Amino acid sequence: MAKRIMTVDDSATIRQMLSFTLNDAGYEVIEAIDGRDAYDKLKNNPVNMVITDLNMPQMDGIELIREVRKDPANRFVPIIMLTTESQEKKKQEGKAAGASGWIVKPFSPEQLLAVVKMVLVA
Amino acid sequence: MNEKILETFREEVAELLADLEGSLLELEETPDDQPTIDRVFRALHTIKGSSAMAGVDSIASFVHQVENVYELVREGELAVTRELIDLTLVAKDQLRLLVAALNGAGSVDSELLDETTAAFSQLLPASAVATPPSASAVEHAETCTYRIRFRPDLDAFRKGLNPMFVLRELRQMGECLIVPQLDAVPDLETLDPESCCLRWDVVLTTDQNIDDIRDLFIFFEDHCTQLAIDVIDDGGLLDTEAGYKKLGEILIERGDLDQEALNQALQSKTKIGESLIGSGLVSSGRIEAALTEQRRIQELRQERRVAEIASSIRVRSDKLDTLVNLIGELVTVQARLSQNAAGSSDAQMVSIAEEVERLTWDLRDQVLNIRMLPIGTTFNSYRRLVRDLCGELGKQVTLVTEGAETELDKTVIDRLGDPLVHLIRNCVDHGIESPEDRIAAGKPAQGTVRLSADHSGANVLLRISDDGRGLDRDALRRRAVANGLLAADAEIADRELYNLIFLPGFSTAREVTSVSGRGVGMDVVKRSVDELRGNIEVSSLPGQGTQFTIRLPLTLAIIDGLLVDIAGESYVFPLAAVEECVELRRAETAANDRNLANVRGELVPYVRLRDFFTVPGQRRDIEQIVIASIGGNRVGFVVDHVIGEHQTVIKSLGRFYQGIKGLSGATILGNGSVALILDLPQIVDGTSLLEKAAGF
Repeated sequence: MAKRIMTVDDSATIRQMLSFTLNDAGYEVIEAIDGRDAYDKLKNNPVNMVITDLNMPQMDGIELIREVRKDPANRFVPIIMLTTESQEKKKQEGKAAGASGWIVKPFSPEQLLAVVKMVLVA
Repeated sequence: MNEKILETFREEVAELLADLEGSLLELEETPDDQPTIDRVFRALHTIKGSSAMAGVDSIASFVHQVENVYELVREGELAVTRELIDLTLVAKDQLRLLVAALNGAGSVDSELLDETTAAFSQLLPASAVATPPSASAVEHAETCTYRIRFRPDLDAFRKGLNPMFVLRELRQMGECLIVPQLDAVPDLETLDPESCCLRWDVVLTTDQNIDDIRDLFIFFEDHCTQLAIDVIDDGGLLDTEAGYKKLGEILIERGDLDQEALNQALQSKTKIGESLIGSGLVSSGRIEAALTEQRRIQELRQERRVAEIASSIRVRSDKLDTLVNLIGELVTVQARLSQNAAGSSDAQMVSIAEEVERLTWDLRDQVLNIRMLPIGTTFNSYRRLVRDLCGELGKQVTLVTEGAETELDKTVIDRLGDPLVHLIRNCVDHGIESPEDRIAAGKPAQGTVRLSADHSGANVLLRISDDGRGLDRDALRRRAVANGLLAADAEIADRELYNLIFLPGFSTAREVTSVSGRGVGMDVVKRSVDELRGNIEVSSLPGQGTQFTIRLPLTLAIIDGLLVDIAGESYVFPLAAVEECVELRRAETAANDRNLANVRGELVPYVRLRDFFTVPGQRRDIEQIVIASIGGNRVGFVVDHVIGEHQTVIKSLGRFYQGIKGLSGATILGNGSVALILDLPQIVDGTSLLEKAAGF
């Protein structure tokens, strides 16, 4: 069965890029437009991995990570943050909240898949 | 770029820009409202992220500047002013045009764009404008063996991290031995299954570099109590004669044991490993890991030794000398064969002669190649020399060597030892100042002597330089005048003045030290280099240092020569020194009697070899000048005519002929006759002496 990945980003462009790349590589993708949307969708859709942006309206990435880690069902789900070079502080905050790792934007499809593969060994 | 993604991008940015405009107008009314500031920042941030991901770098870099400014606003470090809002609205309009331009609709006013970008960057502190440095890839192809100590945090599982994936990746990188450490695993009753209590020691042999390995652990970086990656074998460079490290040494190196505990354990009669486990000093897992490391290194070195034995054999160098001599004979015989074949009408004979010639040349190159050694084999002994001299003279000097891999004929290397020792001694003794003088001159207390070797055509260039006080021009001049080498009012170029130090008995050292300064040295150096068919030059800058440049032929046994004829006798020029050949007509020589030829407008001094060797007979109407580079100057040598290139096997002259100036050896030609090999620098020296004697 295909592994399922949730992508969380308020940018439609990035969501679409993520979906294209991950679908092509055989993963199933659930998109969420911000932290709140992701949190709601996770309740009914167990996933193997979450890829989330940090700066989002409603619920930001850090808050989402904290909430996900509180849920016993998702305590061990790998969470990868999408960060930019200038967000070093955010990266540290995210790690403290329980993120597994990060990818620096912009990234190529190959870089994304390399990280996903490292975290989600088939 | 995927058209669908670009379409999404355009729609998204249009939406965000509309939001941005609304938020900016709101912000103008309530400049301190944090949620509005956040909204502006987020809109900019999202546009930047999306455009970078969509590959529209022009938009991404433009927005980046604007975003940086609003980051300061968000942090409360910059106030929102009417001007800032105006500027941001202009930027917003620019962005709309940039996005429209992606469709091919409308055009962007690049001047206004640059102005806007500049206006935003002026609002930023200097440090924020700099672009982030890009990571540079490190080239690495050698196979190395690494010791990796990997101790994840207890809560690694709770961060969604799985160490097994990393170990699996490590396995795929190369030959990988993994020893799990169980000492932190508690009893079953107290074991928390959500805690990561396992640790690992890994010995990995791979051709990937240390950064590639570290990348695997990127998510564990902050979730490790220990992550250490050390090189324990670098594919041969660390091999020492001292043998393998003992178990105790490895344990100390790994930080599992201290020297004192090891000494105690060594006193017991049992094996060191057992004794350490028995006394509870080191766990069995750690001993196992250290043993694994030791065994792996032993295996690797053994493999290398076997490979080395299989790929090389030792041969006494005199056997090689004999081989080179035989090749010399063969080249001579082959020349005879070629000459006879050329004169015969037998096509088959000609073809065989050509084949033999080709094979002989290949054989010659291969055999000479065997004798080539990297010059670096001698460099280490100079390190010791410099160290000892520093102690003796109270100076601080480091020796930097470059081009240790440059290859030279073994004979040349063997005979180069003494001259190099002399030059390095001179650099340390006379060149480099005392630490106090250096500091006073604004230089670091520690001086540097540099020894470098590299190829230059058919020659090897050796440079010995220091960053010391340089040659004392005035002292040299005084000395030259005192020795009668120079008239008191003579004008002389610095380069020529400096090269006087190679004359016998010439020394300016104020006091004679045990190291150098007796004036016997530089002339000996020059003679040794001359004997190697090389030349030496010195250059110097006051206060900045001195450099000696030695140019040497790659080999001494066989050289490429230029065969010429003077009154029916054959002579050979070393081809490496020859630059060109031109004609010299009697009419031209009649026009001036100063032995200067006009070569394409340049005046080149020449030596008539007929005169130099006092060859009797009439000179020809049209002679030829072989122009060679001697000590950096172009000098012509007039011969009757040039015959052509010649593979020259160098034979030394008999004892009675060795003192003859201008000749360095002889060779046997294809027809069995002897040709003399010219020593060009000596001819030039001899001639200038003649000139002086004649009052020029």
